Amino acid sequence: MVVGRDKCGEQRLVSLPLSRIRVIMKSSPEVSSINQEALVLTAKATELFVQYLATYSYRHGSGKEKKALTYHDLSNTAEESETFQFLADILPKKILASKYLKMLKEQKQEEEEEEENSNDDESDEAES
Amino acid sequence: MAERPEDLNLPNAVITRIIKEALPDGVNISKEARSAISRAASVFVLYATSCANNFAMKGKRKTLNASDVLSAMEEMEFQRFVAPLKEALEAYRREQRGKKEASEQKKKDKDRKTDSEEQDKSREEDNDEEEERLEEDEQNEEEEVDN
Repeated sequence: MVVGRDKCGEQRLVSLPLSRIRVIMKSSPEVSSINQEALVLTAKATELFVQYLATYSYRHGSGKEKKALTYHDLSNTAEESETFQFLADILPKKILASKYLKMLKEQKQEEEEEEENSNDDESDEAES
Repeated sequence: MAERPEDLNLPNAVITRIIKEALPDGVNISKEARSAISRAASVFVLYATSCANNFAMKGKRKTLNASDVLSAMEEMEFQRFVAPLKEALEAYRREQRGKKEASEQKKKDKDRKTDSEEQDKSREEDNDEEEERLEEDEQNEEEEVDN
């Protein structure tokens, strides 16, 4: 369990700044007000989430032998785990630029082929 | 309302510390991985808020409360967080109760202090009166001697 310490050295319940958590929560337009308990719980939940995402990605990741946690491990988690699926958009899989260009080219070719096909259809229609 | 986009970021130092404490010692966390987890945490807050807000709306309440957040965790398939969160909530409530009692105690102490100060004052007044009487007595004695 992660516990922060304040200036007096006393244990604090949450180490993430509540003011910042509140700003993020309030940035959601449908939210009107949040009571203090809900704010504290959301901050605590976020801490648990960070721990869970890190340990899950590390355990299922490729860097265990190298003792490393990489972006790849995280994007893999987002792609493969049902629970972390909501992160897929902000943790996209990285690909090489050359690979991407090749993909684009293939896509273009496919589209062109489709266009040719539809052109064929049109000409067929015109003929009939 | 957030003025700048960076207002929606969580402090990197705190996020890094939480990650380090969760992983075994000596694991290297790439800079990219850190910022990715930090972004993920912000998205988590928004997702949780949105889910909790749905529960508040269902309950026809305008203010998000603790039970809305707990229900949101279940909905988001983070049931594993519910037990530790309930513990944290208990601890928070204990802390608040403690603070309230402490401030009430402080107030009581203060009241008692002002009370005793007033008593001291009135005692001083008593002393003055006594002294005056003594003086009077002395004067009387003098008068008697004269006579």
